[in-house]
Amino acid sequence: MDNAWSVVGIFMIVAIVLPGAALIVARLLGPKKPSPIKQQTYECGIETVGESWVQFKAQYYIYALAFVVFDVEVVFLYPWARAYGQLPLFATLEGALFMLILAVGLLYAWRKGALEWQ
Amino acid sequence: MVNLGNFFYTLGMWLQGLLMRAGLSESGARGVFSALVAALLPLLALLTAVPLIWLERKWIARLQDRMGPNRVGPFGLLQVFADMIKIFTKEDITPLGADRVVFALAPVLAVAGVLGLWAVIPFAANAFGVDLNVGVLYLVAVGTLSTLAIMLAGWSANNKYALLGAFRTVAQMISYEVPLVLSLLVPVLLSGSLGLNGIVGAQREVWFVFSAPLAALLFLIASQAEVSRAPFDLLEAESEIVAGFNIEYSGMKFGFFFVGEFLHSFTMGLLGATLFLGGWTGPGVEAFPALGAVYLILKGTFVYFIFVWARATFPRIRIDQMLDFNWKLLTPLGLFLIPLLAVVNRGLSESSLWLRNAALLGANVLLAVLVLIILGMRGRSARMRAASTVAPAPAGSRR
Repeated sequence: MDNAWSVVGIFMIVAIVLPGAALIVARLLGPKKPSPIKQQTYECGIETVGESWVQFKAQYYIYALAFVVFDVEVVFLYPWARAYGQLPLFATLEGALFMLILAVGLLYAWRKGALEWQ
Repeated sequence: MVNLGNFFYTLGMWLQGLLMRAGLSESGARGVFSALVAALLPLLALLTAVPLIWLERKWIARLQDRMGPNRVGPFGLLQVFADMIKIFTKEDITPLGADRVVFALAPVLAVAGVLGLWAVIPFAANAFGVDLNVGVLYLVAVGTLSTLAIMLAGWSANNKYALLGAFRTVAQMISYEVPLVLSLLVPVLLSGSLGLNGIVGAQREVWFVFSAPLAALLFLIASQAEVSRAPFDLLEAESEIVAGFNIEYSGMKFGFFFVGEFLHSFTMGLLGATLFLGGWTGPGVEAFPALGAVYLILKGTFVYFIFVWARATFPRIRIDQMLDFNWKLLTPLGLFLIPLLAVVNRGLSESSLWLRNAALLGANVLLAVLVLIILGMRGRSARMRAASTVAPAPAGSRR
């Protein structure tokens, strides 16, 4: 089908409009009595100190790096997985070798202690 | 003669004929028809949440030796409607410090991301929203949207607990995305097709759960984590961060996170059934293609039941355990599984179907045994180390 993506487009628009419409209906049906106390940030009764949008230590930074490496490489493998059946055996072995190199890379990161939660 | 068994196809043809009689060209009629399908399928998907919520609450109750909802209507069937009426008439509170636009966008995106997945699920041989030729990549791309919605929710609420929940979501998402994508690679590998209908078609003889059980297991665990349900529900751990990312939400917005979660879980069940349990294939689908939808929903509900079962059985795991489990077991397992399956599948591509599938199953079992042996050895050495570092009890003290 040549218009496959237009169907996906309509699909996504409807998928966004449906919950959006439900939210609007809920807004019309529900009571609206805002007050400063009610709209405070809820932190278990303790008054909020300062902003929440602060710089915070991202403990998963190394994991994020590993994720970028592996996810991109794996998505790169999809065309290979689709086509290796029609390619010579060499292509299969090369793809397998590539994945084993990735595995060795993971092992390296592991030995270096990059996969420890601090 | 009209083939009555080919229900969806007949219905579609009839509608297109009706449109053409109303003065549209053939391509115009087909366009209007696909637009109609594209508009109705999300609605249908959203409505599935109603029986799902009841089903899951009943199941969880049974597994925890409770009754579950049983007051409103027969067997509590109307409980969901009562909850809906209640949640629709609740006040919608936005905290003063919040980023209003993102705060309202997050619940919508949480549901829309899940509904988007339904576009490519084939319900029967010729009943699907759209048969994309890059269906699996589409799943990977759209499947992440609802996780992004949780991040948006946690960040926009301007609440420290919500922010912590969002932080945990990021750590979880970037970890479990890898085994999920790896496990989705296996059906592509075995069927040689990126479209979901092609993958189902390749499972007419042997389901992929038999030729690649380890990949099915990877998918099961990784999708449970992707949906972030127990034991992977750290982002809303009540005992640690109050309610996590959805702490500031109320009314319908809060409800949508739950609808999204239930629906995502069931959608993952449907995808698991499509990718590993043969989708709409089953006895009698050649004569009655409409039966395929019944098979798919039954299989999908079975996978969904495994999700619910796991949710009711396992306690929540700690974040370092969760990341260790992913990076030190699931990801290496996937990285070794795929080349192994590719080589076996390609090497035996000339031999008979049964020999090839038996070899694939054998490769899976071999890898599983190897992993279990390595795990056992590591576990033993860890226990030995722990035992040797414990200080000996002082003399005279008794424990």
